[in-house]
Amino acid sequence: MITDKVLMKGNEAFAEAAIRGGARLYFGYPITPQSEVPEYMSRELPKVGGAFVQAESELGAINMAYGAGAAGGTVFISSSSPGIALMQEGMSFLCSAEVPLLALNVSRGGPGIGGIQPGQADYYQVTRGGGNGDYRIPVFAPSNIQEAVDLLYEGTELAQKWQNPIMILADGMIAQMMEPVRLPEYKKVLTPDEIAAHRDWACTGFDDRGGAENRRVVKSLRMQPEKLEEHVEYLFEKYARAEKELCRYETENLEGAGVVFVAFGTTARITREAIEILAAQGIKAGLIRPISLWPFPNKAFDEIDYKTTKAVISAELSMGQMITDVQIALNGRLPAFLAHRTGGMVPTSPEVAARAKAVLEGLK
Amino acid sequence: MKRIIVIAGHYGSGKTELSVSLAMQLAKEQGRPWRQLSLVDLDVANPYFRSREKRDMLEKAGITVHADTFGGMQAAELPALTASLRAPLENPDCQVIIDLGGNDAGARVLRQFRKYFEGDEHALWAVVNFRRYETRDVLDARAHVEAIERELEMPVTGLVNNTHLLRETTEEIILEGHEKAKALALAMDKPLLFTCYPAGVIDAGDLKGISPLMPLQLYMRPAYLDK
Repeated sequence: MITDKVLMKGNEAFAEAAIRGGARLYFGYPITPQSEVPEYMSRELPKVGGAFVQAESELGAINMAYGAGAAGGTVFISSSSPGIALMQEGMSFLCSAEVPLLALNVSRGGPGIGGIQPGQADYYQVTRGGGNGDYRIPVFAPSNIQEAVDLLYEGTELAQKWQNPIMILADGMIAQMMEPVRLPEYKKVLTPDEIAAHRDWACTGFDDRGGAENRRVVKSLRMQPEKLEEHVEYLFEKYARAEKELCRYETENLEGAGVVFVAFGTTARITREAIEILAAQGIKAGLIRPISLWPFPNKAFDEIDYKTTKAVISAELSMGQMITDVQIALNGRLPAFLAHRTGGMVPTSPEVAARAKAVLEGLK
Repeated sequence: MKRIIVIAGHYGSGKTELSVSLAMQLAKEQGRPWRQLSLVDLDVANPYFRSREKRDMLEKAGITVHADTFGGMQAAELPALTASLRAPLENPDCQVIIDLGGNDAGARVLRQFRKYFEGDEHALWAVVNFRRYETRDVLDARAHVEAIERELEMPVTGLVNNTHLLRETTEEIILEGHEKAKALALAMDKPLLFTCYPAGVIDAGDLKGISPLMPLQLYMRPAYLDK
């Protein structure tokens, strides 16, 4: 059967999905392993009436995104781990000021400038917030290019709906590999008048709204503690709704499983191969694949078969960060263990399978 | 076949898979006119999936691998080349496969080795995949091939059809690519050298009417990506 699928490298597909999703403003600075995204944006955005700006640094990029988003623009930014770290102050400002933004972190090994091979050690940074103050950022972690395309495409709308940054966390492997994808249709892009009307909080100029009393203000400074507390509580009512509405996950093979893996992104794919290896050895293993990392899919853990499952293994490209959320979700029902590599190293499926086997042996 | 084979093409057209598969295949061939075989990885554009990652496998097969300056640092993203890669180019008893980076930008690095391409010892192949988003039609593919020629100031001597969708490749997709590749070859007045197919996904017997065929083993793709 001839399909209309095309073969794309992750980064190219991410950029194209953001454009098709309506993003018309991009600010960024090159960093491996995501530099194909700004490269693609610099070439393609002008063709659809958008604007690409290479900022002087990631700090510049996030603040350009803050300004453009506050003015009602549909903004997309991307970077990789150390670059995203530089943007954290801006993320906090955007959350407080309720400015929409679609952000992509193609994560690599750290800490520090680290290396350029894939990593998932930005889990705490994205789920806990690397910036100051009380805020939350919904984070989605695709495990293949098509899923990333779909999330980025939807992400432009989610950012506007929640008036908050939305983060897509894709590790370097998903960004650098190629896969067949089906690209979605181009979304209709709002005209400046439509933006002024529909994004009724955005600073689109006040000439036609009758002066200062109708002015729109986008800000994060609130000097009176009563007002600031009220604002933060308002934000957290919004986050409470987001926790319910944005929770996404998949489960596989949980019924009758002796051991359950929890893994996202590339690691979920390695884990699937490990599950096959274990099955060949007579060990039934299941998988919980969080798609949203915040909100973390706690309810997926209610689907574990507690009659048969002896242990839960958090498989990560880090020294163990998601495992904290796994333990919270398990709430003492089962012990949680770690299967991991870090620093840009990717475990093989036999390594992951062997770890699961060793954990089960140790519990006997 | 020429002694020096330069493999160029659009980003993600399959240059590296072709280079590695070709090297592994040549290493097994008896009675080759050159006693030695080298793979030169000149990809300074891509940080992942470079042929140097398969150094161990290639060297076991008797192929010397020349890549970045820092032999052990396959993950380095420095556009630094090892001086050793001139050795196979200068050795008349060594066949060389040169795996370039993608597009005209990735091909640029070859210019510093121009003196080796002044004679008649080399071939410059351009790989095309008509299922890549940016080379879906003949005109786009042609623009990419011409950009590489302009950058290198060397004519592409032959085209390679590598139209595929990885494990979702079907015979129809390869046939469709083959038709476009023939049109491209005609338009550019260049030979279509052969058509690749992913071994283990497609059976050569199902590609009747296409020849010559070249199986690609997908050495670079980790198996877990297809789970």
